[in-house]
Amino acid sequence: MSESTKKFNIDTVANAAVTPDVELPWAELGLKQNEFDDVVKVLGRRPTGAELAMYSVMWSEHCSYKSSKNHLRQFGDKVTEEMKKDMLVGIGENAGVTNLGDGWAVTFKIESHNSPSFVEPYQGAATGIGGIVRDIISMGARPVAVMDPLRFGAIDHPDTARVMHGAVAGIGGYGNSLGLPNIGGEMVFDSIYQGNPLVNALAVGVMRHEDIRLANASGKGNKVVLFGARTGGDGIGGASVLASESFDDTKPSKRPAVQVGDPFAEKVLIECCLELFKGSLVEGIQDLGAAGISCATSELASNGDGGMEVELTSVLLRDPTLTPGEILMSESQERMMAVVTPENVAAFEAVMDKWAVEYSWLGEVTGTGRLIIKWAGEVIVDVDPRTVAHDGPVYDRPYARPEWQDALQADKFNGSAADATRPATAEELKAAVVELIASPNMCSKDWITNQYDRYVGGNTAQAFPDDAGVIRVDEETGLGVALATDANGRYTFLDPYHGAQLALAEAYRNVATSGAIPMAVSDCLNFGSPEDPDVMWQLSEAIRGLSDACMVLGIPVTGGNVSLYNQTGSTPIHPTPVVAVLGKFDDVARRTPSGWKEDGQAIYLLGTTADDLDGSEWANMRGHLGGLPPAVDLERERELGEILINASRDGMIDSAHDLSEGGLAAALVESALRFNTGARVALDEVAARDGVDTFTLLFSETQGRAIVSVPRSEEVRFNDMCTARQFPVSRIGVVDAAGKALDIQGLFTAELDELREAHEGTLPKYFG
Amino acid sequence: MSETPLIGGLTQAPIDSRLAGARIGVVTFPGTLDDRDAIRAVRLSGATAVELWHGDSELAAVDAVIIPGGFSYGDYLRAGAISRFAPLMSKIVDAANSDAKLPVLGICNGFQILTEAHLLPGSMIKNDHLKFLCRDQVLRVENNTSAWTNAYDLGQDITVPLKNQDGQYIADEKTLDALEAEGRVAFRYVGGNPNGSRRDIAGISNAAGNVVGLMPHPEHAVEEGYGPGHTGTDGLGFFTSVLNTLLGGK
Repeated sequence: MSESTKKFNIDTVANAAVTPDVELPWAELGLKQNEFDDVVKVLGRRPTGAELAMYSVMWSEHCSYKSSKNHLRQFGDKVTEEMKKDMLVGIGENAGVTNLGDGWAVTFKIESHNSPSFVEPYQGAATGIGGIVRDIISMGARPVAVMDPLRFGAIDHPDTARVMHGAVAGIGGYGNSLGLPNIGGEMVFDSIYQGNPLVNALAVGVMRHEDIRLANASGKGNKVVLFGARTGGDGIGGASVLASESFDDTKPSKRPAVQVGDPFAEKVLIECCLELFKGSLVEGIQDLGAAGISCATSELASNGDGGMEVELTSVLLRDPTLTPGEILMSESQERMMAVVTPENVAAFEAVMDKWAVEYSWLGEVTGTGRLIIKWAGEVIVDVDPRTVAHDGPVYDRPYARPEWQDALQADKFNGSAADATRPATAEELKAAVVELIASPNMCSKDWITNQYDRYVGGNTAQAFPDDAGVIRVDEETGLGVALATDANGRYTFLDPYHGAQLALAEAYRNVATSGAIPMAVSDCLNFGSPEDPDVMWQLSEAIRGLSDACMVLGIPVTGGNVSLYNQTGSTPIHPTPVVAVLGKFDDVARRTPSGWKEDGQAIYLLGTTADDLDGSEWANMRGHLGGLPPAVDLERERELGEILINASRDGMIDSAHDLSEGGLAAALVESALRFNTGARVALDEVAARDGVDTFTLLFSETQGRAIVSVPRSEEVRFNDMCTARQFPVSRIGVVDAAGKALDIQGLFTAELDELREAHEGTLPKYFG
Repeated sequence: MSETPLIGGLTQAPIDSRLAGARIGVVTFPGTLDDRDAIRAVRLSGATAVELWHGDSELAAVDAVIIPGGFSYGDYLRAGAISRFAPLMSKIVDAANSDAKLPVLGICNGFQILTEAHLLPGSMIKNDHLKFLCRDQVLRVENNTSAWTNAYDLGQDITVPLKNQDGQYIADEKTLDALEAEGRVAFRYVGGNPNGSRRDIAGISNAAGNVVGLMPHPEHAVEEGYGPGHTGTDGLGFFTSVLNTLLGGK
């Protein structure tokens, strides 16, 4: 027996069979009694320590989706043949793949790294980027951009700066080092996220159709290899323990359960994998994320056509004292597992040597249908891989509409105590606009985005603060993609079904505003504890709403992530379904920027405005949350999208900006500040048409609206197009490049310098 | 200023076939990020880009070399401190110091590597505000006689992206005085020093003018739609400058 094996009392399968009564720490590993009983039933004996480690992480909420699975099925069920036509790989793989045409494909996915980012913001956020990027690589794609939807606690809470500084520096430190442009995201401050910030990360990659790779281990006799960083003690039990508990100051720090990232190792891993794909040197590939080797071996074997046998002492270790169970559970970053035919072994090793990447051959694909893991030749795991990876527990958790929901929805902003100071005079309205654009959620995000590289790669056609990030895919043809992520936790709290639809509607609108045709959806569902029937109702309603809306808009969900147990103590976060929409450009040269540039162009408002102040930023600024969110009209959204896309394609508009949080007031100011170009705007006519006062016109968040600037020569054509579609449109102003002011005629004039100072001053004031 | 070579379009063949005869190498280290961008910039200027690997032992008969930006070896040690020992670097140093005066441009991490390799004086430390900073940066051209700056007008302001964490240029006063006296400050920051660099220095050249290093990224301002403000192409002058040098004997 070798030296390394003597250190532990190895719990072998043979030993487990004859010692049925040994006490096992299944509760500490996060398993429930009924789940442990199921493991015993599946195996026909007690699990070994190593098997227990595998089942406990793979059956965790994070890995098994046990509470949400029953509801998530709707994303696969509510899909028409038409919606499937461009879907090359759907839900279930590391990330979905969508056909872009010309032999190109795009893969994208959004994931959460919420809990680790609260415990250790820098590493938590950094490894969130690292993990989602590896998902993209393992599909065979070159990652080309990232985005980061972020939600923090109150802007003035002392702990918010800790999380904000750490998370932003972590996302930048990791993403910048990978050479991936950060092209957008979100930033929301709300005390509901104080003890549970949301750090979501999106990555997008592109590939030729023939390069698509899947995570399966097939072909008896093929070799299984682990490569990249060495396996260490970081992140052990992260998936099972961290992701399922809320934080309590009285318990010891969970810092050791957060993984530590090495972006240099990941950058080398990206280039190394792309070279492997180019040479067709791997049959199947899987990244190591949550649940590490447990996940990679069981998923590869479960998806394959045979079984797998590996020798765990062959794993290269950073810490030689790790036990077999710890090695199986370790979430050390920057690792990949691949299946290689014996003929390609030498070529595979040559690529590893070129990039100086460490690797070790662990075993091979078998024909037994079993996943066998040995420790120095002794069998410590002998399982059917499906029972670990895919046949975990599924819960039909009880859910019910909360008792307080009716009272919440009855509490309208209009006429409430918070509405007592509604601005009415010209002076008050101007002050309100300035206050809005300086408020935590509406202020400039430059403090964050200036810490991200948006240029690297040379294909970034648009990035924040434009409505959607735009990346060129093919330099010859200009083929490209647009991406936007959106969510509104307040809307979803007021009405989960429609709130989730509003998130989709806004992301869809943002993509269409850029001129791209929306094609696919990825979602990151951030919710509280599924053991709370109120939260479970929010989750089920949000999934039902989102899947229904995808049907209407005709764009499928291709993948995503569910993050539960997001709460501080017993208070759940607002339900926050972050929705990412991907769109396509035949030629990114026709993208539409979000700001005004050309003097004399006419400014049009598309859509109509109603009294939609419930859940709005204005109500939020006045401390009110109640009523019903803006009405959803998906047909209207689709019509608006078609107008924006056609107008972009036919050169009828030079800028477009969607109206969402902060309403028309925010959109006008952002359009002016984008390229420092002013405008003269008249609102009386449109206010009279819609029957709303000027304040409501400026601050209401009615959906299905956008402002566009139209060259004089295109006005007739543009109006004709809107008229033909019977879409409401109104000319509200003209771009005034010389004025350097936003002039709302009959009300007030705001100098752009004054607006900029208010808009850009907020984050530096709080965060330095 | 002599006539500027014509610029080849993205999908057009080089207008002047002599330009395509110029072979400009772009070095990739483990952790290099902007190599493909530098290659694109070379191609857009009409020259032929040649990919070079840090472990290569020969320079592949290139006429000039660009060391692009990134985080070679993760910058976990001093930025550029490991890369300077790459086999190809000793060839580059020899060629730059030879009578042939091989033109060498170091951008960002490339600049850091050139200082570590002692082709250029001084060093870069962490930005004074301690954060990574990405922004469109105005630079003033302070030297238009080097191999990489001769297409610009003296005193011209150009806008190119700046993006780095360790961009604060430092050197002792004597070195700084010498750089100023010899006209070797190639670019200075305008409109606010973004990182605390001594005397607002953004880029410098060696005494012979064939080696230039700077922190901002001219290769990200070469193509309409993808540069500063979506329209900026001020960075192209670097790549046309070296063609002036190679083809016009400037």
